[in-house]
Amino acid sequence: MGQNRKKVLLKEILYLIRKDLVLEWRQKYALNGMLLYVGSVVFVCYLSFGMRSNILVAPVWNAMLWIILLFVSVNAIAKSFMQENRGRLLYFYSIVSPQGIILAKIIYNTALMLLLALICFVFYGFVLGNPVQDVPMFLLSILLGAVGFSTSLTMISSIASKAANSSTLMAVLSFPVIVPMLLMLIKMSKNAMDGLNRSASLDELLTLLAINMIVVTVSYILFPYLWRS
Amino acid sequence: MKKNWWKALAVVLLVFTVVAGMLSNVPRLAILNETIRNLYFHVPMWFGMILILTTSVVYSIKYLRNPTVKNDVIAFEAAKVGILFGVLGIVTGMEWAKFTWGEYWSNDPKQNASAIGLLIYFAYLVLRSSFNEQQQRARISAVYNIFAFAALIPLLFILPRLTDSLHPGNGGNPGFNTYDLDSSLRMVFYPAVIGWTLLGIWIVNVKSRLEILRQRLYETV
Repeated sequence: MGQNRKKVLLKEILYLIRKDLVLEWRQKYALNGMLLYVGSVVFVCYLSFGMRSNILVAPVWNAMLWIILLFVSVNAIAKSFMQENRGRLLYFYSIVSPQGIILAKIIYNTALMLLLALICFVFYGFVLGNPVQDVPMFLLSILLGAVGFSTSLTMISSIASKAANSSTLMAVLSFPVIVPMLLMLIKMSKNAMDGLNRSASLDELLTLLAINMIVVTVSYILFPYLWRS
Repeated sequence: MKKNWWKALAVVLLVFTVVAGMLSNVPRLAILNETIRNLYFHVPMWFGMILILTTSVVYSIKYLRNPTVKNDVIAFEAAKVGILFGVLGIVTGMEWAKFTWGEYWSNDPKQNASAIGLLIYFAYLVLRSSFNEQQQRARISAVYNIFAFAALIPLLFILPRLTDSLHPGNGGNPGFNTYDLDSSLRMVFYPAVIGWTLLGIWIVNVKSRLEILRQRLYETV
């Protein structure tokens, strides 16, 4: 019986991810909009620093990249529940389990965030110079950041989508929840930039993984209560 | 009267805290000097805040299992009193920091963590006020309360331990145990923690009873 339910859940998740991918592909304006958003924000940063990258010291470079990624992810993930219309939600309500929906959304948003974060990193490094010394470690921190942002923001966006002024609420609710994660990520990626020994970032890495696990578990447990309304 | 013994205990303990806290002997230490008495007022605020916010989360969980008006009201009032304790904790801490560290705000990890913690609960208040329908408001804010509390724990307990803090007991600063050679601080500190926490519970108790009565009144009118 348990085996069977797990199989059904897995099938639901795969089906829902496919549905999100197809939807994204059909309405390309959303994805293109996000890509353009990344591009213009990076370019605005480049112009605001007066095109002199010598005043852009390493900690500022790092902090700015993460702030850009934070705003990109808030904007990208905010729509994950708001774009669904009432009829479709009602339809899902009758055919799939809430656990399937939240897990599918988390996985899909993680993939989307990974894509956006990588593009952002490449473009940012291309325009503003790339002082990173330990690139694989930096990419690992970006991977963890994408996973962490998308897990916590998916839950927040489902909360915010129920309220009246959801876009403001999305920012207000998500920033304090995300700050611990952001601090860890900035520290870890700074270590990678300076080319420090990888064992120096082990503490941050483990804590980030632990926070991610807590967030996913809590989302999995709590989402059914949100879904009912 | 038998049910109210803890209120009398709260009053007695708080009177004791204020009198003994101001008059008793404290260890003479450089920099800290007499400000060490802030231990009886600043630190219990954090103990009280964490306990009362935990109460709030417990009632949010209870609400999701058994949606009654009572559970929702207690969760909400406890969150508000938790915020009050948090603000008082920050204010007493900042005043103390001005005299010992030289700045009101010196980018200490514990200061930052508590400011972020308060932001989470302010967001909770904003979220609550953006719903009109009572049941939806109660359920969704209960979900956020639990979610935010789960995210707050790593903030309060793990982050300050990863980086050095200016607080006594962190980053090479001597802590409670080294100051307190003759246990004179503990004699006042433990009653202070219990007294302030009981006062917080008392406020939550009175406010939620009032709120439940008010809602019942609106229903019948």
